[in-house]
Amino acid sequence: MGFLIQLRVLLWKDLLSELRGKELISMMAFFGLLVLVIFNFAFEPGSAEAAHLGSGILWVAFTFAGVLGLNRSFLLEKESEGLQGLLLSPVDRGVLYLGKLGGNFLFMLLVEALILPFFALFFNLDLWLLLPQLALVAILSTLGFTAVGTLFAAMSAQAKSRELLLPTLLLPIVVPVIVAAVKSTGQILEGRPLAEVAQWLKLLLAFDLLYLVVSFLIFEYVVEE
Amino acid sequence: MNKLSDLVSRISAALASVFTFVALYAIFIVVPPEQKMGIIQKIFYFHVPAAWISFLSFGVVFVASILYLWKQEERYDQLAHASGEIGLVFCTLVLITGPIWGRPVWGVWWTWDSRLTTTLVLWLIYVAYLMVRAYGGNRGPRYGAVLGIVGFLDVPIVYFSIRWWRTIHPPPVTLAPSMVVTLLISLVAFTLLYLCLLLQRVAQERMKDEIDWLKRQER
Repeated sequence: MGFLIQLRVLLWKDLLSELRGKELISMMAFFGLLVLVIFNFAFEPGSAEAAHLGSGILWVAFTFAGVLGLNRSFLLEKESEGLQGLLLSPVDRGVLYLGKLGGNFLFMLLVEALILPFFALFFNLDLWLLLPQLALVAILSTLGFTAVGTLFAAMSAQAKSRELLLPTLLLPIVVPVIVAAVKSTGQILEGRPLAEVAQWLKLLLAFDLLYLVVSFLIFEYVVEE
Repeated sequence: MNKLSDLVSRISAALASVFTFVALYAIFIVVPPEQKMGIIQKIFYFHVPAAWISFLSFGVVFVASILYLWKQEERYDQLAHASGEIGLVFCTLVLITGPIWGRPVWGVWWTWDSRLTTTLVLWLIYVAYLMVRAYGGNRGPRYGAVLGIVGFLDVPIVYFSIRWWRTIHPPPVTLAPSMVVTLLISLVAFTLLYLCLLLQRVAQERMKDEIDWLKRQER
């Protein structure tokens, strides 16, 4: 039980500090919105092409916003010596990882929920009935993205060129997540049944499980002095 | 450089040069050109071994990275670093020889086929690997080890994701016996070359660390 209490405290700490400032989520969501707007200049709005490219653009917006958020997640700890405090506390390094992951996962999911209505608006899509399927894809993809992202964010926060390092490390690794997310979102937007998307969901699930376990095990080597 | 690795390095260098000459002879003199593609198919005897060496060396990075995190001994880090660099060189060769073949056969330099894309992603991962080593400060080796593990585990997932996405790379075909033999000789030559380069590079890294240590002693 001690494990769950520790996890709750760690998670609550991140949520509370974000609730007080709301800086991270508002900036991430605004940045995602900007990506959507800027991509619309690349092609004729409302064309068949636009509908086809929609899922790709949506995930570019999510990914960039996510990288932005991950970059901040350990920076705050670093600036206020919080990380040192966490490392001194009698908490297992793996639990520390899960706590940070939980925060990053929830923030990114919230930002995705904020960006999605604008996506529906800009692309003239009626997403109400597709929401459960889209939510499933979003949850699985975001979990994989932040599972690796949290590990790498802890690394890049301690390096000199931190803002540059994180996307450089993270984006090549999460290629399968992005491919699966874009493809399955595209298929869902075309109105295909969930069974056709199942293969992608399985791939995402495999990615999530693999990197949750690996990151959980490796995290201590990243933060330890 | 200790005596054994020096000896192995010298022997592998000598054998690599012998096998390279035999391989070149087999490729350009002995083995007949492929029926449909003609002379351009001969690049296959360089392309496939280069791909094999890049996989082998990234596999070595993976194992050495795990050992480094576990045992915290410098020599595993030196091995991972050396193998990562060589792997990237051969991976680059794969990405260069592939399009040279693809242009006359497919009519385009590049296509987003599963194996091409996977190799490109692999290349990007190991560029990132060398970057984090170079710019990670004194934690560079440890961060490199993390990426060496995470990156290698990613390869099969990348492959499947992109294969379901699309594919046109020629599937493995049955080759004429003389072609198989030529390919095998070429594989042996490349592997010996890898071994030689690896040992040299590791020795160089070790020497560098030794000099750094001596410098610190003097101060």
